[in-house]
Amino acid sequence: MTIKETQQEIIEEFALFDEWMDKYEHIIELGKDLPLIDEQYKTDENLIKGCQSKVWLHAELKDGKIIFTADSDAIITKGIVGLVINVFSNHTPQEIIDADLFFIDQIGLQEHLSPTRSNGLLSMLKQIRMYAVVFGSQLTS
Amino acid sequence: MNFINSDKIRKDFPILHRQVNGKPLVYFDNGATSQKTQQVIDVINRYYQHENSNIHRGIHTLSQEATDAYEKARTTVQQFINAQHSHEIIFTSGTTGSINLVASSFGKKHLQAGDEIIISTMEHHSNIVPWQLICEEKEAILKVIPINDKGELRIDEFKKLLSNKTKLVSITHVSNTLGTINPVKEIIKIVRHHTPPSGEKEGEGAFILIDGAQAVPHTKVDVQALDCDFYAFSGHKMFGPTGVGILYGKEAILNELPPYQGGGDMIKTVTFEKTTYNELPHKFEAGTPNIVGGLGLAAAIDYMNNIGIANIEAYEHELLSYATEKIKQIEGVRIIGEAANKASVLSFLVDGTHPSDIGMIIDKLGIAIRTGHHCTEPLMNRFDIPGTARASFAFYNTFEEIDIFINAVKRAVKMLK
Repeated sequence: MTIKETQQEIIEEFALFDEWMDKYEHIIELGKDLPLIDEQYKTDENLIKGCQSKVWLHAELKDGKIIFTADSDAIITKGIVGLVINVFSNHTPQEIIDADLFFIDQIGLQEHLSPTRSNGLLSMLKQIRMYAVVFGSQLTS
Repeated sequence: MNFINSDKIRKDFPILHRQVNGKPLVYFDNGATSQKTQQVIDVINRYYQHENSNIHRGIHTLSQEATDAYEKARTTVQQFINAQHSHEIIFTSGTTGSINLVASSFGKKHLQAGDEIIISTMEHHSNIVPWQLICEEKEAILKVIPINDKGELRIDEFKKLLSNKTKLVSITHVSNTLGTINPVKEIIKIVRHHTPPSGEKEGEGAFILIDGAQAVPHTKVDVQALDCDFYAFSGHKMFGPTGVGILYGKEAILNELPPYQGGGDMIKTVTFEKTTYNELPHKFEAGTPNIVGGLGLAAAIDYMNNIGIANIEAYEHELLSYATEKIKQIEGVRIIGEAANKASVLSFLVDGTHPSDIGMIIDKLGIAIRTGHHCTEPLMNRFDIPGTARASFAFYNTFEEIDIFINAVKRAVKMLK
């Protein structure tokens, strides 16, 4: 599935929820279900520290594709992190660099990306792009 | 006996009638900033519509009126905290601005390598970082008073930290995270009279700054009765505008300090060879100040005086007791800050949940609380927690709002567990 298709799938999934509480409940369930990162990668090096919550992000290159794993100490953030990882993981650096991120807006979670939220999500997205650029240049060199 | 008529008071605060996420706003983030009364908003509007002019400089009528109003505001503040002189009241940008002023000017005048400054574990970053900066510059040493598990200062340990190297003690009056009301009067007495076992009068001569940002909105402050050298607070936490604050300093001490910033209004004469500085308070007020901020702050003080600080204190005490009792009934709740003396702050955690998750969910139910480390990271490290959820109350809050809040927290916990 392409990055675009995965995002469209998430949007369809969230279209089922009218109420905010239902949305949050779904995100919390996603957060609870997903074992997102291997404990050995929950290091300070992989830590993206927000004012509110912590996010860990690990990336490795496998067969020309980047595999992302991540975690957060707050469950709602973890659920959203899970969605983001699901969208970007297992794609080539170029696909990630070229991708448009639109699902967060569409499912009404854009406030979680506002700098005032300070939950590490915005920094995580920057970090994902940076990994794509770095791995991309490794592949071409 | 309850002297607060919250129905009547709430009519004076327009923002309390709005909805958030389709629910009536429950505003429990007063520790971060308080809401403004219509009276304060009117003063701000009137100033820009009818009175706007620069102060201390013009001979024209508007300038004279603005100057008179601004200086009257200074007197209002003076009386509010019972300072001896109005020129002991310096208008600043806020508590942070006030503390930075003292750290810089006091540091230049009084600090030398090896000197010591004492703060406490429960300080806000704005009462930590300015001292770290000046200590680094002057090679002075920052010492920290520990606290007990209830969130109270260890006075026994504090006495041990005092020495003839102590040049300044800077302590918060009320903790923004724990709600602890520190025994500042006792602390000041200890600093003034502390005599260690050697019989040497150590600690004497140390200056004292009290960070009153969280105290002034909730309790009567009398700087002369306290006998502190400096007292700092913010307008916006006491129902006034943002961007204005106060530094109180004893006249003789302020007179000795060098200016903080240079500019207009703070000078007597300027030549390229030598500039002489203005008298107090203008020496510390370079540039055009936040005039409307000062006027708004005075309006907020008038409003508080009308209600009565003692009434505010008694009512908020009841709110806090009620909320504390109610939240304890939720399974797995841990209250952070259980000092015997507390003001208007309820910090808590719920087992198996993250404070930011609770904050996000109850926000969708119209309730505003603060989550995170509250700019007190060392304090969070002391308790070994990532942060807390904090509800902080003002006199316009009600018992009904606490019920709504408690139900919302219960709902959030149920979702999260």
